[in-house]
Amino acid sequence: MSMLLEVDGVSVSFDGFKAINNLTFQIGEAEMRAVIGPNGAGKTTFMDIVTGKTRPDEGKVIWGEKSQNLLAMTEAQIAQAGIGRKFQRPTVFENQTVAENLMLALKNARGPFSVLRFKAAAQDREKVAELADQIGLLGALARKSGELSHGQKQWLEIGMLLAQDPQLLLVDEPAAGMTPDEREHTTEILVEAAKTRAVVVVEHDMEFVRRLNCRVTVLHEGSVLAEGSLDHVTSDERVIEVYLGR
Amino acid sequence: MIYRFLAILLLWAGVASAQDMEAPIQQVLQEHGEIIQKSSRRTIGPAIDTLAASGLDDAQAVLERWQAREMWFNKETGAFVFGEEGENRTLILSDVAGGDLGTAPKGDYKQLKPNSGIRGLIGAALVQFQLTAPDAATRAAALDAIERNPEASHLAALRAVTDEPDAELATRSARLERLLTIEFDEDDAARIAAIEGFEGDLGVDVRAALNPLVQTELSFVAAGEADAPLQIGGDITRDDAYALLVSAGEAEAVVTSGEIKEALIANIDGAEVQGIRVAALDTDDARASTYALLSEAGLARPQVTEADINATLAGFDFFRSYTNAPLDVALAAQAVLSGIETKVAVNQTFDLGLDALSLASIYFLAAIGLAITFGVMGVINMAHGEFIMMGAYTGYVVQLFITDYTVSILVAIPLAFAVTFSAGVAMERLVIRWLYHRPLETLLATFGISIALQQLAKNIFGTQARPLTAPGWLDGSLVINDIVSISYIRIAIFVLALLFLALFLFVMNRTRLGLEVRAVTQNPRMAASMGINPDRINMLTFGFGSGIAGIAGVAIGLYAKVTSEMGADYIVQSFMTVVVGGVGNIWGTLLGAGLVGSMQKGIEWLNPSNTLAAQTYMILFIILFIQFRPRGIIALKGRAAEA
Amino acid sequence: MADMALHGVRRPLIVRHPSLLIFLTCLALFTVAVTLLAEGVGMGVISTSFVKTLGKTLCLCLVALAMDLVWGYTGILSLGHMAFFGIGGYAIGMWLMYARTEIIVRDSLAQAPLPPTVTEISDGIANQIFGVVGASEFPAIWALAHSFPAQLAFVVLVPGLLALIFGWLAFRSRVTGVYLSILTQAMTLALSLYLFQNDSGLRGNNGLSGLQNLPGFDDVPQSSVSIAFFWASALALALGYLLCSFIVSGKFGSVLRAIRDDEARVRFLGYSVEAYKLIVFVITAMIAGVAGALYYPQAGIINPAEIAPIASIYLAVWVAIGGRGRLYGAVIGTAFVSLLSSWFTGGQAPDINLGFAVIQWVDWWTILLGLSFVAVTLFAPKGIGGLIDLIEERRSPDRHGADLGPDAGALREKEASK
Repeated sequence: MSMLLEVDGVSVSFDGFKAINNLTFQIGEAEMRAVIGPNGAGKTTFMDIVTGKTRPDEGKVIWGEKSQNLLAMTEAQIAQAGIGRKFQRPTVFENQTVAENLMLALKNARGPFSVLRFKAAAQDREKVAELADQIGLLGALARKSGELSHGQKQWLEIGMLLAQDPQLLLVDEPAAGMTPDEREHTTEILVEAAKTRAVVVVEHDMEFVRRLNCRVTVLHEGSVLAEGSLDHVTSDERVIEVYLGR
Repeated sequence: MIYRFLAILLLWAGVASAQDMEAPIQQVLQEHGEIIQKSSRRTIGPAIDTLAASGLDDAQAVLERWQAREMWFNKETGAFVFGEEGENRTLILSDVAGGDLGTAPKGDYKQLKPNSGIRGLIGAALVQFQLTAPDAATRAAALDAIERNPEASHLAALRAVTDEPDAELATRSARLERLLTIEFDEDDAARIAAIEGFEGDLGVDVRAALNPLVQTELSFVAAGEADAPLQIGGDITRDDAYALLVSAGEAEAVVTSGEIKEALIANIDGAEVQGIRVAALDTDDARASTYALLSEAGLARPQVTEADINATLAGFDFFRSYTNAPLDVALAAQAVLSGIETKVAVNQTFDLGLDALSLASIYFLAAIGLAITFGVMGVINMAHGEFIMMGAYTGYVVQLFITDYTVSILVAIPLAFAVTFSAGVAMERLVIRWLYHRPLETLLATFGISIALQQLAKNIFGTQARPLTAPGWLDGSLVINDIVSISYIRIAIFVLALLFLALFLFVMNRTRLGLEVRAVTQNPRMAASMGINPDRINMLTFGFGSGIAGIAGVAIGLYAKVTSEMGADYIVQSFMTVVVGGVGNIWGTLLGAGLVGSMQKGIEWLNPSNTLAAQTYMILFIILFIQFRPRGIIALKGRAAEA
Repeated sequence: MADMALHGVRRPLIVRHPSLLIFLTCLALFTVAVTLLAEGVGMGVISTSFVKTLGKTLCLCLVALAMDLVWGYTGILSLGHMAFFGIGGYAIGMWLMYARTEIIVRDSLAQAPLPPTVTEISDGIANQIFGVVGASEFPAIWALAHSFPAQLAFVVLVPGLLALIFGWLAFRSRVTGVYLSILTQAMTLALSLYLFQNDSGLRGNNGLSGLQNLPGFDDVPQSSVSIAFFWASALALALGYLLCSFIVSGKFGSVLRAIRDDEARVRFLGYSVEAYKLIVFVITAMIAGVAGALYYPQAGIINPAEIAPIASIYLAVWVAIGGRGRLYGAVIGTAFVSLLSSWFTGGQAPDINLGFAVIQWVDWWTILLGLSFVAVTLFAPKGIGGLIDLIEERRSPDRHGADLGPDAGALREKEASK
């Protein structure tokens, strides 16, 4: 199986502090991967690097079949190339309706002039309705997203992520602040998504990770500490040391 | 009538008896009596020289009064006396050797009327006396007089003085002698020696003495006669060369379009000129061709064509020559001058550096308050400039009550701090507190305050500039040489800027307040949970920043004028300083002030006529600078910078 | 309900924005009413100078629309749009001044015995125009001043180009928020300082004058010219309003508002935030240029003081008082404040005698304006537009004080409409 994303020997430091240290990470098409690690392990910085928010000091980030160099691309170009990201804190456009939020995310031409001429076609509206249904917000399409509950906002954001139709989803703590039922539903959505594309989930909650039932990468101090099934990594001495201390 | 005549006669007898014909000075005068009476510029020399060289105490008085046309001689005896015209055509006389001689009828005496040439000679001779006067002030005044208006004759006088007791005057005198040698000495070798003695001297007087020597003049000779003729089009322009020939009468001037026009108008015949319709003469070509017709008809002088000009120019060689000095003197002057100019340039650069430093201090003073409110707290205070203004007006008001400038400044500084501190605290509590994390709204609200404060100042103090006078001991400047000097006020501002830097560093790094400020800046919630009251800290920090703006206002007021708009003049530069330096770092502000100040001075130096342009280009430069270092010279990196 | 939300984006502009229709109707009624009451063509109730004031106010409303688009919708607090406004005025002013001086010079040269040459005419015009700054030659920027179409093009092209270069530099290096505001203010300051120079080629602090005289229309009285300009201003405002409504409606507007509230998020959705900002910046600069080109012939004179940063700050004040993020708010705020301002500063407002002091509005109006601006920012961030929400009984979403996005330009809870 060819690799979708290859992160090779990446390092970045902030004012002397090495947030990422010679990190190497790979993920194939249609694969689910959970990334765990203690606070400050570099999980969010890792996502920042892949999505172009942070430029690494050294290393390579190669993307897709055409082996594009992500480091030379802007955030917007990376997003257009097929990498979607969901933030830790739900970030939806609160002053806009759920429908507008989804329409913004929908995979269409992103250039200013085509957006200026844009008229939602029937298939666009169908797609939005379908997504809204999937995230349980069909009835809330006309509501301002600022009025939604925390969990609904998380879903809306996942819905926006799916609307982008990315090949790689980077999901930062999707289940934070959700009820058990909502977590269940979130798991379903992610597992379903991972059938057709790569999904990277950053999560603290081991129970949630167990339910995803996928390979796990453990980050510590900016590099990969262990990789494998959840049972494999949780039995690893070093991982126990890092998580529990000695 | 008869009594009066008798009385005069008696007086005359008395006078005659009192006049001391044996006095040495009278004898000297009598020796040259004839030429003195003749009073001719050509022959008078020896008389003056003898007088000057006589070594007599009275010689100076004689020369002075002679020069002032107060010397007369008796038509009969030829005795010289000093006389002032009294009433009724009488003279009040006194002896040349001292002593009152009473009055005498004017008709018995003849006035010596030295012409300007003679008076000049006398003056030069007098200089010698002044230069040797016992009073040092008189000698200094004599040197001043020579400096103001040097003459060839002074040279000898200066050389004659060899025993000047005052060291400073001796140096001055020696220097003057060399300068006069350059200008007046007839011996070229002496001149060259004097010139070379000034190698590397920065004095304006040296350059003033040397510059005339190196003046050149463009002249011409027939072609082939000059050794190294100037290249036309290279060394001199074609127009200049031709104009020289025209002015020397060697060539015909080109007919100007004005002349063409006049000639055409003068020859209008009905609606035509030489058969060409007047209406058609609305292009230069048409006018030129019609003019050609006129000149063919002999009604105007022919146009000088380009070919004519070329032909004329080919007949001459052009060269430059030194007009004011022989070649070797001029060359020596040129060599010394170019050496001096290099040194002048170096010193000017240094002076420019000092200027830039003091401008940077002012920007730093204006910006340091902002560096606290904007840099540390992240609060944009557009009314910061108005706080500077409030500080300056506080100083002005204090001076209305306390007339001693030193005391008033000492009172004004803490008072200005108190006033702007309170204003800052009030503003923080009433407005800014409600707008934290809304920088754009803060910016707008403080704009509102800025507009209101400015107008308020205008209503109270009027629109004209108010003075804020510095104490006397800050007047004047520290002069290093003729080029490098810096006023004491600027030095004081520089010192004040350093003090503020130290104060800021001390408060932020060594005090409880500073610790709490840093804690609140970095993590307000954590700080609050540690028992720090963030509201109080923010209030105090803002007050501190505003208070410093007030003190800066006093300092800037001393240097510039106090107007209601003075704050607005500094606000953009202050923000630039903070932004260029890097927000949240006092060293950045320091560097930013240095960069902005030296940039502005540098551009002003490149284009000295125009300070407006300097500001324009500086702002453009900063806009470009921010392209390459968006976070300023000293940038925070990582997540902290994005918060 | 879902259907409504989805189909909302497809209905015609007018239906989607009922305020558009109301606005255009009001503007049309106002224009007709002023025309009927004006001195030149109607009953003569409104003096020519007041017609000019109203026409100028319409132009200010137009530039306020541009400001609202760039600030209220996109979150860029530009303090440079009055500079673009001024550039538009200068561009048209150059032609007005050139063409009128040319007529005068030709007339005076026609008396001469010889017909004038082209150079003589041009020298004569240059002498007339630049005599005040001690120059007698045309600077390079006047090369096309004789051509009306060229200068008309410059009205939009020069502000557009300047905005393009400045915006490209600023947005490319991700300068945002207050930094951008200060940078735009610096740009404005640089421009006005440059124009203050005598050798700027635009007559230094004398500025361009006599712009109210249209070349070739000397016989037409100012009362008629003023009405013509009033109509032109109203038309420009209507077109500007339509253009802005078109831009802010639909998906483009949605992107703009999203950029205002959280531009990083928009970037991760794959939109090139910089390109959008740049387009809005350039378009609004052009609108400002047009507004300026209509304003200054009515004002009669333009000088560099008009471009000073304070003018752009007032522009922000008008929009904020009207209510940002809604187009009619910008228009209402501008009309309200600028007319009130000319009433107060024109000396028409009665003085208030407090016994110990007399409040003269000419002196105190600015203070009142400044303080009311602070009050609006603090207590009524929706501005006058908030009154309309009251009428329509719209509520703000209850967010317990949280902002609607992490960005500095994001709307506050108090400003958002339901």
